[in-house]
Amino acid sequence: MTTLTHLQRLEAESIHILREVVAEAERPVMLYSVGKDSAVMLHLARKAFFPGKPPFPLLHVDTTWKFRAMYELRERAAVAAGMELIVHQNPDAVAQGINPFDHGSRHTDIWKTEGLKQALTAGGFDVAFGGARRDEEKSRAKERIFSFRSASQRWDPKAQRPELWHLYNAKKAKGESIRVFPLSNWTELDIWQYILAEQIEIVPLYLAAPRPTVERDGMLLMVDDDRFRLEPGEVPVDRSIRFRTLGCYPLTGAVESQATTLPEVIQEMLLTTTSERQGRAIDHDQSASMEKKKAEGYF
Amino acid sequence: MGAKPDLVAPAKAGATALERETPATPPPSGDPGLRRGDEYTPDSLIASDIDAYLLQHQHKSLLRFITCGSVDDGKSTLIGRLLYDSRAIFADQLSALEADSKRVGTQGQNIDFALLVDGLAAEREQGITIDVAYRFFATEKRKFIVADTPGHEQYTRNMVTGASTADAAVILIDARKGVLPQTRRHSFLVKLLRLRHVVLAVNKMDLVEYDQSVFDTIVADYRAFASAIGIERFTAIPISGFAGDNVASASTEMPWYDGPTLIEHLETIDVEADAAQARPFRLPVQWVNRPDLDFRGFSGLIASGSVRPGDAVRILPSGRTTTVARIVTMDGDLPEAVAGQSVTLTLADEVDCSRGDVIALADAPPQVADQFRATLVWMSETPLLPGRSYWLKLGTQTVGATVQEPRHAIDVNTLAELSVKTLGLNDIGVAEVYTDRDIVFEPFADGADLGGFILIDRATNATVAAGMLDFALRRAQNVHWQAIDITNAAHADQKGQTPRLLWFTGLSGSGKSTIANLVEKKLFALGRHSFLLDGDNVRHGLNKDLGFTDADRVENIRRIGEVAKLMTDAGLIVLTAFISPFRAERDMVRAMLPGAFVEIFVDTPLAEAEARDVKGLYAKARAGQIANFTGISSPYEAPEHPDIRVDTTRESPEAAAERIVEHIMGVWSHDL
Repeated sequence: MTTLTHLQRLEAESIHILREVVAEAERPVMLYSVGKDSAVMLHLARKAFFPGKPPFPLLHVDTTWKFRAMYELRERAAVAAGMELIVHQNPDAVAQGINPFDHGSRHTDIWKTEGLKQALTAGGFDVAFGGARRDEEKSRAKERIFSFRSASQRWDPKAQRPELWHLYNAKKAKGESIRVFPLSNWTELDIWQYILAEQIEIVPLYLAAPRPTVERDGMLLMVDDDRFRLEPGEVPVDRSIRFRTLGCYPLTGAVESQATTLPEVIQEMLLTTTSERQGRAIDHDQSASMEKKKAEGYF
Repeated sequence: MGAKPDLVAPAKAGATALERETPATPPPSGDPGLRRGDEYTPDSLIASDIDAYLLQHQHKSLLRFITCGSVDDGKSTLIGRLLYDSRAIFADQLSALEADSKRVGTQGQNIDFALLVDGLAAEREQGITIDVAYRFFATEKRKFIVADTPGHEQYTRNMVTGASTADAAVILIDARKGVLPQTRRHSFLVKLLRLRHVVLAVNKMDLVEYDQSVFDTIVADYRAFASAIGIERFTAIPISGFAGDNVASASTEMPWYDGPTLIEHLETIDVEADAAQARPFRLPVQWVNRPDLDFRGFSGLIASGSVRPGDAVRILPSGRTTTVARIVTMDGDLPEAVAGQSVTLTLADEVDCSRGDVIALADAPPQVADQFRATLVWMSETPLLPGRSYWLKLGTQTVGATVQEPRHAIDVNTLAELSVKTLGLNDIGVAEVYTDRDIVFEPFADGADLGGFILIDRATNATVAAGMLDFALRRAQNVHWQAIDITNAAHADQKGQTPRLLWFTGLSGSGKSTIANLVEKKLFALGRHSFLLDGDNVRHGLNKDLGFTDADRVENIRRIGEVAKLMTDAGLIVLTAFISPFRAERDMVRAMLPGAFVEIFVDTPLAEAEARDVKGLYAKARAGQIANFTGISSPYEAPEHPDIRVDTTRESPEAAAERIVEHIMGVWSHDL
């Protein structure tokens, strides 16, 4: 008897989910954020449909404020997978010049939440794969793998469908859509371990290197380009840093670290005592903020 | 405790921290050892040799289990404890937890572990978990996924959902209360879902002074009940989720107990996916991978058994045989694949095989049938409508299916069989299920992947039930179609026409019968052989036993559909004029007569039909003299895509009839 390892079983489950969507959906799309979870999800999609290409496009809901290194990997990854890459920037946000310095939480609302809705509607996508995991945040522990959104893209916790055995009910009415999370049962450690085992390319920002930083409100921010507004007297300082999650660079906190290899990153992760989302300014507002964001259509 | 495997992260230091320094003084009023700074001394291997640690972690197996118990059994506290002891909680979460504990916790100044696992804000206010939540932790040997399922009576649905993917169940009992009705309920559901392992965790031992006799009495009580429902084996462990005794580390308070800790036990039991390897090979085909003309692969998750290139396989339901050519993956072809793996197979011959088919060991294929006895767990607030057509999804097959009136329901508290007409939310019942075509299946006892199914409401798309196929009905296997020499086609040819069913639907008084009559007259004049089935007339005879409840309306339409089908088999053009208010039933008839069904929507607005009120029925309905009157006290679901729509406010019956005949003749000219 062969005993499958937990990574083999997680991989098999995710591939099963990806194939099930492709078999039942009319027009699926994969949300690709360029982060480590997206990298794993994309890798699994390539495996699921090998020797063919994954039969759906990648969608990046861009804010124009991501790290430069993310934009570089984004293009390369799409080419390597042989997949179409759709980049959407909310034209309203472009017109209004929405940015993380002047607009606070509206930055995320308009670029990401609104931008995502626009892109899904414009593309006529009925199913969107997302890289969220249940271990990320308390409210996500109850999230289904297939998460239903009304025609107005809202998530209603009471209207979600029970998921039994390996059976997913992907039926929906016109206008309704489904977010599908193939990585639901993966933990942060699983993700890192899989990246290591499968040698998946990730944004170099996950590994420590000297980078220009400022410290603000207890967060270490990287000065990634000259749009970063320095406060009076603020001078960027080179620190050896890495990131546990990647988003808009002025909103993403770094950790000081000497971990320059994946095993060292995993080692630090296991020895540190802060959770992954702690680096994201978005979650700090209130205890149940993720849940609110989810109801509004944010991932 | 040196020889005992500890949890990875808190390891020895964590366990030490959890030991209480003073003898038991239950209930513990002080901090049971969870001060910040004490916890989370990580596995020394992580710091000393990360590569060795990663290698070890990479080869861990995965066990999924559920915890069953009520809010008061300390279930959330136990899960919080498992996460905490295995260092699945981070400091920032811990500080949020501490703040929450003080604000809404039920443990005074102590950490309320239950808050760790209560997710949605609305639920937190109520202090109970009301859904299935999944949690993750790992030890040196295994990674675990815990389905946290609530114990409240009305949430049978959630427990069944959580149990469906679990290898084991941990049933919690409050040591102070013993075996309760809910313990029986949880155990019955665990047995129903055929979980391989049952752990009886007798919790809150700290509150009964760690008394062995309390534990022994509970175990004896439970054994009597368990054997009565067919749970032959279980493992009982005395624990305290609050204080940590026998959860991750052996209790010093219960020297009389020499069995494993909860974690030790969960680390050693076998998982379903591994056990499934011993059964014959089955691969439900999920997707046909055809990137170009040179490659045709069949993808799916192996449900049971194992497969190697060269194995003889049979495709179900067709029965064709061939051999496996390759097991294709992005990392190169595999010499073997086993249950639990997602694979892509290529076959030696060009055989028909598509989504929904099952590739199986040639000499031991699964069965094929269309009538079953099944056990259903109803999961929707809308009750079962016997006779209505639902979608049934089993493996990768989705078919139409009807459920007959239940033979009985089961009271989950007393296990008594109840006589019922339907099933409501959280009801469990046994009923016959008929599918509209053959499906490939195995009894649920032989595996969930081909024995477990869901029912989906065709109108709302909601998942309304989970079901387990018990067996195929003998009559389905033995009643074969009688071969008849004069075929349906011969009947139709003799009459020189293509049989059709012209289905007129619309509100009472919309003009269905009037128009249908005109259409039939025109067909008759054209020398066509037809027959008009009128709603009122049929209710005088064939359907005089039926009333106007939703269930009776469904049965009314089903019978008419069957009669119409026999008439079209005889070569006739059948016209029907029934309100037929429900989309699901019209779709059912459409499915019974593929290609022959023509839906004609006689679209008269309610106000207009009511103003005409040719039979005086609307006035009576408004006066409350007729119950369940469509449009007034019962809904009418208009067709979304009728083949023909007649707007009677704009078109005369004569003109409409002319147009319908032309439409049908047009269709015929294509056919001929």
